[in-house]
Amino acid sequence: MSQLKTEYAQDLALARKPSSLAWYALLLVILLLIPQTLSEFYVGEMSFVFIYAIAGVGLMLLTGYTGLVSLGHAAFLGIGAYANAILLSEGVPFALSLPAAGLITAFAGVVIGIPTLRMSGLYLAIATLAFGSIVVLVTEKWSSLTGGFDGFPVPTPSVLGLVITAPTGVYYLALGVLVLVVLLAMNILRSPLGRALVAIRDREISAQSMGINLALYKTVAFAISAGITGLAGALFGLYVRHLAPDSFGVLLSIQLVTIVFIGGLGSLQGAIFGALFVAQLPQVIAIVRDDLPFGIGRMPGLEPSLFGLILVLVIMFEPAGIHGRWLKLKRWCREFPLHKRAAFRRQKTYAKTDRLR
Amino acid sequence: MSGGADRMNGYFSARDLAMHFGGIRAVEGVSFDVRQGEVFSIIGPNGAGKTTIFNMISRIYTPSAGSLHFAGQDITNIAPHKIAGLGIARTFQNIELFANASLLQNLLIGRHCHSTVPILSQLVFLPSVRRAEVEHRRRAEEVIEFLGLQRYRDQLIANLPYGVRKVVELARALCTEPKLLLLDEPSSGLNVEETEEMAFWIEDITKDLGITIIMVEHDMKLVTAVSDRVMALNQGSILAMGTSAEVQSDPEVIRAYIGGEPEPTSDSAAGAAPGDVP
Repeated sequence: MSQLKTEYAQDLALARKPSSLAWYALLLVILLLIPQTLSEFYVGEMSFVFIYAIAGVGLMLLTGYTGLVSLGHAAFLGIGAYANAILLSEGVPFALSLPAAGLITAFAGVVIGIPTLRMSGLYLAIATLAFGSIVVLVTEKWSSLTGGFDGFPVPTPSVLGLVITAPTGVYYLALGVLVLVVLLAMNILRSPLGRALVAIRDREISAQSMGINLALYKTVAFAISAGITGLAGALFGLYVRHLAPDSFGVLLSIQLVTIVFIGGLGSLQGAIFGALFVAQLPQVIAIVRDDLPFGIGRMPGLEPSLFGLILVLVIMFEPAGIHGRWLKLKRWCREFPLHKRAAFRRQKTYAKTDRLR
Repeated sequence: MSGGADRMNGYFSARDLAMHFGGIRAVEGVSFDVRQGEVFSIIGPNGAGKTTIFNMISRIYTPSAGSLHFAGQDITNIAPHKIAGLGIARTFQNIELFANASLLQNLLIGRHCHSTVPILSQLVFLPSVRRAEVEHRRRAEEVIEFLGLQRYRDQLIANLPYGVRKVVELARALCTEPKLLLLDEPSSGLNVEETEEMAFWIEDITKDLGITIIMVEHDMKLVTAVSDRVMALNQGSILAMGTSAEVQSDPEVIRAYIGGEPEPTSDSAAGAAPGDVP
């Protein structure tokens, strides 16, 4: 608003201000230099954050922007991981197997999207939960394809003669995919497709009478979200090197939902903040575990209960998530001595959606 | 009315329209024709079936019986999301805007039925998408100018006063470039001045843009000011049809509103708004 606009095309720019473009470029340069400067441990942890962030962007498009809750997104991660690993072991080059994994998962998204078109809120959550369990079950039983309980070793891929090895190779690959996926999501959000999704989230009836085909767009949302999550799954496979069916269960789905809620519904930056938080919380717990008083650190189930507690606190005190907090912090810094206290009051408005009633 | 039951002599026509919800007959045997370029108002007490008719035209409900024709095309069984593309837009009685989006974003959603770029090219934001977006923006800007909404352009709907939101609903409907506009109680919740302003907007829309309007309205002053013809409904059936004055002096209509025999001297009911007398 501070900037005078002289052309309609200015509203279509990816970055609102040229300065933020410069910040993102700087961030990218730093991220590109990390493998050169930090130890392998941190490079591995960062790749894990990137993979979660890709899945987070995928789920954000579905839950944050279209208002459709999915408690079965780990299944898409699993489908992507297995699809990529199986294709690689069949000798398909990685340059093909990665996009194919995304497309196969997108198709799986359509398969779950169409029967759940008329569901909303809790019913959709339960249906996707069931879908997630079914996928785990199928992976366990279909051992001729997936290796069943024994798991599936993921071959080391190579692109143009470059072998993608565990920490550094996966790091750059995941970073590249994350950047592409974020660009894709930004393109969606500035085009009619993104507007249609948000319209469906906010008011279905109204969206329909504006000419938005609800069935089509919900299916598209499921497909894109699943496809992106499938890409994250393929990278996850390369990261862990060995797939097992139980790593794609309900707990992972809940973690993914936590990413979008803690990050802040309806914000791409939120998906990335949330991924950073959710992927690194277990590490933080591991570090402070031994120093906690009264043996809290040795209690079983510390991690899931902390996740739960944090999720509840975020929903109660900051429905806009980390992203909302971030916006408030920026504003506070800008206005510091003159800030109005009311602007930073506890917020009780939730993302308005017909579907989350 | 019954004479032309089979003829389609209107730009928009409804034939023997009926809507049953279980045992409740919300609308029964309603037929009417709307001529191109006219303002056609539907009045009636609460529960008369006015909004039900609107919901049937915009295909939120599927009629239990009867047919709907628009510009020579049978629209009775068309998918609800295709209605906007045919040139029928509507506003809602209880504002149905996207409250967490800016005014401009709301108008751009109104342009959705004119977006033809394939989804795949939107994902990579091809130059064709950019060109189409700039064009949508230009059209939205025309509507903003037409209705004088410039100073609210970038504000969130949630922060706008009620009267302005009503105009934004109108603007969003205009963004679909309709040929037929359905206005569901455009003046409800507005004060006297805002209602007068609404009458001006409606007049501008028919005169300047040549859009045909079907309007559901309680404020008889507004109905009289803008309507070419009025249809009065009660309990799902037509009571009277004609000019505003004719309908308001119709004994059946007066009985439906007041609930008694009309006084023989009251020939000018025009000023007395019947309001929400059940």
